[in-house]
This record gives sequence, C-alpha cells and structure tokens, in this order.
Amino acid sequence: MEKTSMIDLKKIATQIRMGIIEGVHAAGAGHPGGSLSIADILAYLYFTEMKVDPKDPKNPDRDRLVLSKGHAAPALYATLALKGYFPVEDLKTLRQADSYLQGHPDMKKTPGVDMTSGSLGQGISAACGMALCGKLDKKDYRVYAIVGDGESEEGQVWEAIMFAAHNKLDNLCIVIDHNGLQIDGAIHEIVSPAPFEEKITAFGCHAITMDAHDFDSIEAAFAEAKTVKGKPTVIVSKSVKGKGISFMENLVKWHGSAPNDEQYAQAMAELNNALAAL
Amino acid sequence: MKIGDKIATRETYGKTLVALGETHDFVVLDADLAEATKTVYFKKAFPDRFFDCGIAESNMIGVAAGLAAAGKPVFASSFAMFAAGRAFEQIRNSVAYPHLNVKIAATHAGITVGEDGATHQCNEDIALMRTLPGMLVINPSDAVEAEAAIKFALEHEGPCYLRFGRYAVPVIHDPESYTFTLGKGEVLRDGTDVTIVATGLMVSMALEAAEILAAENTSARVINMATIKPLDSELLEKAARETGAVVTAEEHSVIGGLGSAVAETLSLLYPVPVHRVGVMDSFGRSGKVPPLLKRYGLTPSRIVEKAKLAMAAKR
Repeated sequence: MEKTSMIDLKKIATQIRMGIIEGVHAAGAGHPGGSLSIADILAYLYFTEMKVDPKDPKNPDRDRLVLSKGHAAPALYATLALKGYFPVEDLKTLRQADSYLQGHPDMKKTPGVDMTSGSLGQGISAACGMALCGKLDKKDYRVYAIVGDGESEEGQVWEAIMFAAHNKLDNLCIVIDHNGLQIDGAIHEIVSPAPFEEKITAFGCHAITMDAHDFDSIEAAFAEAKTVKGKPTVIVSKSVKGKGISFMENLVKWHGSAPNDEQYAQAMAELNNALAAL
Repeated sequence: MKIGDKIATRETYGKTLVALGETHDFVVLDADLAEATKTVYFKKAFPDRFFDCGIAESNMIGVAAGLAAAGKPVFASSFAMFAAGRAFEQIRNSVAYPHLNVKIAATHAGITVGEDGATHQCNEDIALMRTLPGMLVINPSDAVEAEAAIKFALEHEGPCYLRFGRYAVPVIHDPESYTFTLGKGEVLRDGTDVTIVATGLMVSMALEAAEILAAENTSARVINMATIKPLDSELLEKAARETGAVVTAEEHSVIGGLGSAVAETLSLLYPVPVHRVGVMDSFGRSGKVPPLLKRYGLTPSRIVEKAKLAMAAKR
C-alpha cells in the first residue's frame, strides 16, 4: 500500500478543495458545503488507505467507495482527477451538458466511480451488496460508504446498517459525515438522527468517532476499522460543512449554492495561502 | 409438465432457480416472503447463495444493485406490490439508471392475489416498470414460458422485470417445442376479423374467447405478448393491417400496461380501434379468485364483448 506523508495528504486535501471550488464555480451550481467537509477523508482514502489503480479502474479485486451522499460529487471528482483517473482540467466541465461529470455520481460515465448514487439512502445499500459479493467470492477487498448525517434520516440507511450487521460484513466501513447541517437547517432542528454512536452500537456495528479534519484521527479510525472482525464499522466523522473556506464554514446556505466570481477568487486565494503554508 | 396442467408461475420460478443454481453462479434475495414467492426452494438447495433481507425491500434492491455492480448476477424477489411499488425509486435509480444486471422477479402480481385484497394486489407494476429506460418487462403466460423466460433473464446481461402470479393457471405451451425469444409475440391462433393481444394469465382466456367467437363465425387471431418491453411492434402492425381491430387483455390496470403499450404503438404505425380488457381504473378487493376475475371483467366473455365493440368500430 502506498503511504503518503501527512504533509502530502494536507496538500492533496487542499487541492481537492480547489477542485471542488473550480467545478462548482464553473457549473454555477452544486454542493460545495458537504463536498468540502469530506475532502480530508477522501484524500486519506484514495491516497493512503484504498487499494485502487487509476489505470485499471474496473479491477475486480480493487477496494470500492460508494459516495452515498452523492451530492458531494465535486469532492469525489476532484479526488479521482488528482489520483489520475481523468484530467484535472475536466473538473471545470462539472454539470455541463456534454460532460462525463454529472451532478451526481454516475458509474457508467465517470472512470473511478464505483456506484451511481445521489438519491439519498441508496448508496449504502449498494455498498452492502458489494461487501457481500466480496465475502461470497472470498476476496479481500474492502468497501467504503460515505453517508451524510442528514441522509441518515432516510429509513433505508438503517435497513442497510441492520443488513450489514446481520451478515457480519466486516469488510464494510461506513463513514457518516456528521457536519450537522442539511438543506432546511441544522439536523437537530429538522428531524434529529442523533445520537449516532448509541444507535450504531445498538444496531450491532462497531462505532468509532473521528475528527474529519485531523489526519492522525482519520488514520487511527480507519486502522481500527480494519481490526474489527465479525461486524461492520461505522465511523462518525465529525466535520465542518464548508471546511477550508472561511466564509462557507458552518453555514447552511453553502449546502447547495455556487460562489460568484468574487467569492470564487476569495476562496481560491484562501486555498492557495493554505497550500503555500504547508 | 404438460399442456392442461395447472401450475402457478411463482412455483415454476422457485423450481427453475434451483435447476439453474446447479450450473450458474448467482444470488437470490427475498424480503421475508420466501415461502410465498417460492425462493424458499433455492434457500433450501443453496443456503450460502440465498439472503433474506427481511421486510426491507428498498435495501434489498440496493443490495442487489451492489452485488451486480461487483459482478454477481442476482434475482431479487417480493410481491409485485412491494418490488415494483415500494422499491420503485430504488429500482429506477440504483438498478435501471446504472443498467445493472439485476433480475427483479415479482410474484403475486394482479388481482389473483385473492384473499389478501387491494393492498397486496398490484395492478400497476407493468406501467411502472415499462417507463424505465433499458428495463425488460416479461409477463409469462404459463409455467413453460415462465421457465424459459427465467433462463433467458439469467443469461441476459442487464436489468429485467419478471412478473409471476400466485394463482395456478393452465399450461398452454408444449414444453418440448416452446422457445422464448425476447421481444417477439407469439401467434397462438390465426384469424382475420379481430386480433386479441393478451399477456400473462389472460392468454389462456384469450384462446377461450377465440373459441367462443369462432362458434359465432368470427375469426379471431390470438397473440401471446409475453414481452411487454421491448414490444413486438412489427407483429402488432401486421395484425392491425390484416384484421383491422384489436383487443388487449391483461391482469393489470388498463392504464399504462399492455393495452396502453399496444395503443401507443398502433396509433403511430397503423391506427385501428383498440379496446382494452383489464382492471378498469379501480383497486382490487378480497375474495376467491374466480369471483374476483368475474367482478373485474377478466374473463373470456368480456374479451368477446370488447372484440365485438372493436370490430364494430372498424372503418
């Protein structure tokens, strides 16, 4: 497995954030907030954790990632581009009519996307199916699913967690991106799915809490997940929506709106400064 | 099995899965209805390749999609109401849109669910499934056709909706000579005055209707349309040109099902009067199957009645 230094991971995560802002700004639409909150996790997964090869994106033995919170596609695309699945320049074609970068992930159009997702609650079930297939075929690949905390209001998420625990899918690692915000407001003001850890444990899974923006915490969580046998692991990933862009952090309005030219310039300046400081 | 035997297509489904399980690598999923859908036979024969997802159809379809995405063919079963109905959006977004190799095998379709009543009688599944791009919709008329369609579905790469019934229906095909061809209707009886296009358990009733019409000196052509999508438009156009009047017959709502598909096709290729026999924009109810079929007009005599109306409307 390729090991990437902490400094390099921070650089990659910052470049992922740049890719998110480039894509969403060029599209004039998209979901920057929940994309920025998972940038560090994706950097860690694709550049340290996962057994994947951009030259062989359909390898049956590869690790797989299902972005169940598919609206964070700009983060996945930026990560895949940086990893070498397709040119970074193409991120600017996000959501354009002739682009292979759809508003939500499409496994048939975009190299490296393991599952079509976007309708909330569905990707996690597909991840269960992939993990089950790995068990049946006696393969050692792992499956990762990233679920939104708001997404977990979907009943299907808990159907899937029940299924994963019942079938002892210890090759499945579910990450709940717990940024606390959804379209209509704070999750605790809409219909609170909290507390997560207690529910996850009660559903028969191993629960881990991590800081989504601290690579030591991320590394420890994924390392622990791999040691868990006989049950799936669910990582509650405490994150900041809009992380890395000062004026986007913790604001509901950046769930699904694009920066204007001025905001784009400011965001890119902040990210360039962050990159220079590393 | 032989012509005239009465067998429910769900029974054939369960047995065919077991036969195919000997030679093919695939997984079967159910949602706590294995005893009823007959996937229980596969469960007993191949317990390592059967997974009961519990009463959670949405997750079952997602799991099926994930298995298929990782390379494993899969049959996912429940009642039509809960497969095509409850999990419609999962089928749409997780199976049909990525065009994954999932076979949705739905049993207990239509009014012949019987005693369980309207909540379990799905008369809308053909309509729902045929709107999905790339989805095959197959509604076998008897056990022989069901077996052949299941084998076809497993060997076909891509999403497929298979519709089976609870109620035992007569075998009308010779198991020795029958072959299933996707997208091809089957002329079971030739005729010149009117064409009856039927699907599922209405096919045997269409043959009875043709007998009644023959006794009245009316020559009715009978087409078994097992594949509703893709529809055999060539055979339909030919029938419309040669007989000038069409009746459709299905154990499904007349809205959105075979009748709609035939009318849409003929209005483009060769417009002729098309009358529809099916559930007339209403919900079902509890009861034994024979009185229910009568009450909802799913009978040979209703087909005869509509055939006469269609013929009278010829230009």
